[in-house]
Amino acid sequence: MTTSSSTASTGRCALLLTCGAALLVILLALASLNTGASQMKLLHLLTQPDDRVTRVLFASRLPRTVALTLAGAGLAVAGLLMQMLARNRLVEPGTVGTFSAASFGMLLAALINPGMALWLKFVLVSVCAALGSWLFLAILQRIPLRSALIVPLVGLVLSAVLASGSGLVASLFELGQALRAWNSGDFSAILRGRYELLWVAAGMTVLAMLLADRFTVIGMGKDFATNVGINYAALMVLGVLMVSLISASVVITAGALPFVGLVVPNLVRALVGDNMRRGIVLVALCGAALMLVADLLGRLLIHPYEVPSANLLAIVGSLVFIVILLRGRRQWA
Amino acid sequence: MIEAKTLSKRYNERLVVQDVSLQIPRGGVTAIIGPNGAGKSTLLSMISRLTPMSAGSVEIDGMDVTRTPGPELAKRLSILRQHNQTSLRLSVRDLVAFGRFPHSGGRLTAEDQHHIDEALDYLSLNEFQDRHLDELSGGQRQRAYVAMVMCQDTDYVLLDEPLNNIDMRFAVDMMQLLRRAADEKGKTVVVVLHDINFASCYSDHIIAMRGGKLAWQGTPDEVMRDEILSELYEIPMQVHELNGQRICVYFRMG
Repeated sequence: MTTSSSTASTGRCALLLTCGAALLVILLALASLNTGASQMKLLHLLTQPDDRVTRVLFASRLPRTVALTLAGAGLAVAGLLMQMLARNRLVEPGTVGTFSAASFGMLLAALINPGMALWLKFVLVSVCAALGSWLFLAILQRIPLRSALIVPLVGLVLSAVLASGSGLVASLFELGQALRAWNSGDFSAILRGRYELLWVAAGMTVLAMLLADRFTVIGMGKDFATNVGINYAALMVLGVLMVSLISASVVITAGALPFVGLVVPNLVRALVGDNMRRGIVLVALCGAALMLVADLLGRLLIHPYEVPSANLLAIVGSLVFIVILLRGRRQWA
Repeated sequence: MIEAKTLSKRYNERLVVQDVSLQIPRGGVTAIIGPNGAGKSTLLSMISRLTPMSAGSVEIDGMDVTRTPGPELAKRLSILRQHNQTSLRLSVRDLVAFGRFPHSGGRLTAEDQHHIDEALDYLSLNEFQDRHLDELSGGQRQRAYVAMVMCQDTDYVLLDEPLNNIDMRFAVDMMQLLRRAADEKGKTVVVVLHDINFASCYSDHIIAMRGGKLAWQGTPDEVMRDEILSELYEIPMQVHELNGQRICVYFRMG
């Protein structure tokens, strides 16, 4: 069909970007595998493969790199999903209460039983994250005037309220330090056996890709979704669950990581538009790349010590957030 | 046939639509008119299951809209609301393609592509198909949404004030298009209109609402009358016969 040639070229542009991002993720992953406190280099595997090298690689380096990739991809996709559910591009799990609710869940788990089984902790934290996210969306529904800027403000207020609740409880039980660790994620403690929960995030990321069309329709609003025969309420619940499972697995494994879910989807949406089907793979790849870069920088800046990824992400992310706000200011007005 | 029985909608204590029973036959263009707050949009939303009803029932070809599965109904009836301002940046073609969702669930077949091309053609949107919605004028954007519901290819097409924000030329284009959809494709078009002269010139059947109730219904000849319209809108109105069309004048009376 000649009439669709130009749309095909938009599609090709997205495809090209996606391939480029995939290559970037591979290169960054190799760099990540090659970096660490130990002097082990990947090349040693070929030249002088010994026990120590393979042990460092499989016990520490590989788990860390895989964890970074899965967490970055998952968080970016969770951000995109949340933007569709809230119908606002200025939100992500870290600014709507999902993370704050998840770290409240961590606090509950520590209070109930510090040695709680991982799966039980995961369920508890996921439930808290889902309740927090749902509370945000429920508040949004009751706000009559939904200007583009009010939505993220509501989220930030809710986040702050939940966080101060956690802070109060934590200080009563002397868990303040643990709470701070959950709130500022980093991957320095990732070893084999301590990141596998992130495969749940990976599963949700793939599910989001499969349901991309449906979530784009959700982003068009309830009437639009109902008109094309989509069960709006069911998809909202599913979307909240997916965001919450991703967030909970990241918070339990590494701690909260801000701005990945905000910055990455916004950059990708600016490049390829808002049709999730065109952008979601790119979002996942760029999320992974950003996470890998943040972690690499954190490891290299004050080598052999580490700056937590969350700190670097907060600095870069908040700057990009401001740029996004300024660029869109006509739109928000 | 669309059949509404004793349909009511209550928001808190306020009855927005009250005990409306009506039948809209298959085929042709039906216009719903009435002053602001008459309950036109709410009636249309209840018929299309976007707004739950407080009482009564709606059947589309015998299917109860509240009990028929969403995807099934989406192949029979499409609805375009008045406020469909989305903040999503979609290309016109992508938007129109979502009209095929009930048929293909997102996996577009060659037949779907054909429907999309046809809908773009039908609304003269070919040259804009790769533009994003936010790059279009109000009229073009409105046409893109109408193309989407056309692409959905349902027997019943419901539109809430599709002439809003578009100039006279596009308004005439739009009404001619709806007329053609009814005449050539056998669609049943139900449209909420503020401009009663468009209702008069293009519809087969007019439903007039006031205060949440069905006030009058009939052919344009039957409804387009001085005394009916004056009472409906509570201002003096005069209907004139011009070129075989009944045109109502109300801009400056007396």
